[in-house]
Amino acid sequence: MKAMLVAFVAVAAISVGSNLILMQIGFSSQDRYAGPDVRLDD
Amino acid sequence: MLRALIALMLTLSFLSTANAQDAAAPDRSATGGAQTLEDIMARQRGEPVDNGFRSGLTGDPDSAAGISEQLGTLGGASDPDLWRALRFGSADISASNNGPAATTLIQDGGMNWLQLREGPVAIYGGYLLLATIALLALFFFVRGRIRIDGEKTGNKITRFKAVERFGHWLLAGSFILLGVTGLISLFGRKVLIPVFGHDAFSFLAVGSKWIHNNVSWAFMLALVMIFVMWVVHNLPHKSDINWLLKGGGIFSKGHPPAKKFNAGQKLIFWSVIVLGTSISVSGLSLLFPFEINMFAATFAKLNALGISSALGLGELREVLAPHEEMQYAQLWHAIVSFVLMAIILAHIYIGTVGMEGAYDAMGSGDVEEQWAREHHSIWVDEVMAEKQAASKGATPAE
Repeated sequence: MKAMLVAFVAVAAISVGSNLILMQIGFSSQDRYAGPDVRLDD
Repeated sequence: MLRALIALMLTLSFLSTANAQDAAAPDRSATGGAQTLEDIMARQRGEPVDNGFRSGLTGDPDSAAGISEQLGTLGGASDPDLWRALRFGSADISASNNGPAATTLIQDGGMNWLQLREGPVAIYGGYLLLATIALLALFFFVRGRIRIDGEKTGNKITRFKAVERFGHWLLAGSFILLGVTGLISLFGRKVLIPVFGHDAFSFLAVGSKWIHNNVSWAFMLALVMIFVMWVVHNLPHKSDINWLLKGGGIFSKGHPPAKKFNAGQKLIFWSVIVLGTSISVSGLSLLFPFEINMFAATFAKLNALGISSALGLGELREVLAPHEEMQYAQLWHAIVSFVLMAIILAHIYIGTVGMEGAYDAMGSGDVEEQWAREHHSIWVDEVMAEKQAASKGATPAE
């Protein structure tokens, strides 16, 4: 039972972590495909 | 299974291509080789039209009229030539945004994809899951719970270590999240929006997308863990043949001998590994749009090896628009996922309500010795022999 709960927490941690990493390295479609003239965040 | 899936998908997608090739070339002399009213009407009726007669007619700059002559300013390509180049993806386009999709202004795979996605894929996929649940319910009412036949001993044998159970639940937890959010994404427009409305579904869709995209990494990691930890125990063994011939003893008294994993569990394992890998690869292709294109290359290989013609699909298209690569990846991702979901529903059933004593293997990791003797007799003998050898080895030599 403990292994199951730890695994579920790990699913959440890996998900949040991977999202942070992908955002950091600029792998969102916005960063990959928008040209310098596009200001999506403004 | 995988070959049948490939055949199904390709048959659905390429019926139109095969038909187009069978038809005799129509007479277009009345229009000077341009498309005829019959071409236009056929397209409007949704029939396949081979555009090969006009897709290459995009002008010739080398034979352009002089700049001061009539049409000279167009540089050898008339306006229809330019539109054909845009329509068939051969125009030289530069765009201020990046990526291959930015310079593909027109692609016509989208309608096919949309109709397959919200038609056969969603309908047959949905029925597959419902039918699996119905069959399992029927099986439960006919066969009932598979009980431990013999007297329980009270002794426990460790079946899965903590790290093995962690890997299993990492895979299981992520798979269920991915399955549910995938179904929400697929059935959103047709089923959920009419019921909940756009505002509520918008919230659900944004959340589902975040979960689906990010939980995928836990699934892929767990898939690698499971493969590394259990592949040795899932290699074929001669006892598997006997087990399969007796149908795992599911309808008879007593169970055929089995090692740590019986043939049924091995089938589940390899389904998870093969289909899970296929889902992961197509998922990665969708996660990083236009970066990983697999279908044009796969179709080229199927053509080269003669598999496509052997399946009666004719020549598959070897040049696909970037969007079409994504469309095929999405269809493949959904179809294979439906098959794996159906298999996993059966796995969840047999691991919980379907069989007494089975859940302990993944719950505490320790199983009742009598359960183990009935379902995995060869494995129990191996474990006992190891224990005896260990206890002998522990006796200090005098």
